[in-house]
Amino acid sequence: MSTQATLVDYGLGNMLSVHRMLEHCGAKVNIAALPDDIISAERLVFPGVGAFASGMQELAKRGMIGALREFARGGRPILGICLGMQLFMSIGEEFGEHVGINIIPGRVKQIPSVNNLRNSVKIPHIGWNAIVNEQNKESWDNGILKGIQPGEFVYFAHSFYVDLRDKQLCIAQCVYENTSIPAVVRLNNIHGCQFHPEKSGPVGIKIIKNFLTLA
Amino acid sequence: MENGVCAIPFSTVRLVMRPFRLIARLDVKGPNVVKGVQLEGLRKIGNPNILAQRYYVDGIDEILYMDIVASLYERNNLLDIVKETTKDVFIPVTVGGGVRTLSDAAALLRAGADKIAVNTAALKRPEILHEISDAFGAQCVVLSIEAKRESNSNWTAYYDNGREKSGKNVLEWAQQACSLGVGEILLTSVDQEGTAKGFDLKLVQAVTAAVSVPVIACGGMGNMVHLTDLIEKTHPDAVAMAHVLHYEKLTISSIRKHLSGQKVPVREIF
Repeated sequence: MSTQATLVDYGLGNMLSVHRMLEHCGAKVNIAALPDDIISAERLVFPGVGAFASGMQELAKRGMIGALREFARGGRPILGICLGMQLFMSIGEEFGEHVGINIIPGRVKQIPSVNNLRNSVKIPHIGWNAIVNEQNKESWDNGILKGIQPGEFVYFAHSFYVDLRDKQLCIAQCVYENTSIPAVVRLNNIHGCQFHPEKSGPVGIKIIKNFLTLA
Repeated sequence: MENGVCAIPFSTVRLVMRPFRLIARLDVKGPNVVKGVQLEGLRKIGNPNILAQRYYVDGIDEILYMDIVASLYERNNLLDIVKETTKDVFIPVTVGGGVRTLSDAAALLRAGADKIAVNTAALKRPEILHEISDAFGAQCVVLSIEAKRESNSNWTAYYDNGREKSGKNVLEWAQQACSLGVGEILLTSVDQEGTAKGFDLKLVQAVTAAVSVPVIACGGMGNMVHLTDLIEKTHPDAVAMAHVLHYEKLTISSIRKHLSGQKVPVREIF
């Protein structure tokens, strides 16, 4: 019996890549095109590429915002990838202020174009970067980072990052041009990656497999 | 600095390094990966999916597919190849060649591409860059520039795989494209491409200094010294390699190891 994973289709993003990765990791993939598909899912993967506002618009158009909140409250695992994770936040600051799904308190902000050394920072942040953790390595052992070593590389492609109200929810960071960026966040059953596990080679495969084994 | 075209404060010293990316460039014609010299005299190399899979397993950071005859026929035949590749290659894939409209880009992204490279269509109608960037984000728009040397400090952008001259100055074009929301620049030197005689260092240096987005240097790599020279002197973000990989002159792991030894930060594979 293989694990079921439901992929939220809201018209945005790299559905196929994530789909392929989930199958590669042994999951049976269902596509959620309706709010009810979300609510009844066993575990949910929420991808996304593009702008915050258009992401929220597409979700609203499909009546999915309430369903995602309800699923998150239900306690089954949900994984947001890149924009998907950003949409979990309360507010997004991309092209004006927009309300997010609001299941994790925080704001989505643009990566500062100048760092603390007064060097200009290349945006978007595109490329492989190491994930590290500054405080709580033990949080890696019972979540999606189980078996991953600090310093392993994953693939990022983004211009915005999540500024969490509760910094403890950030369980891994990457350092980009001397700026620390949240790479993995977790609030109970809600998991999020700023990077793309489906594009992160063997390390990404490990992360997705971990997610598929979460109860 | 050339012509005062610098958009950001020019710093030759990267105090804070970004990991340098190794990209395998696969030029595709019909069902085959091909390789030429100065984008001409093409030789058949092999099956795209098999090569992409091999480079993935060997630890390449990204795959770049370029349909090199697409612009001539005004279509991109890479959809099926990309769909096949992304079944078992779990790293970023950039696809270019013959992308003329937003819906061309959308189709490639739906087929599993992560980034879209545009050259010919953007030279003819620059707004296409803005349209793709707006719809899918700057991180998935790569401006592909085919640069031909006019003098030591002047390059012209070409299209249709180095055959046609646009008349646009490369540095001005790069900056214009950045203002239209391009996320990266793939910079191919038509003069050096396939020669294995080293990069056009002045070109790469001028473009990296002129724009604030990542620059992928392409064209001319024949050995490790070429690459370390390139990184030391021009500070690009990535290199796109074809010749040295297709003809098995260098292995990806040896390149990675060598760069690490030279204190160039690269992705570490545990």
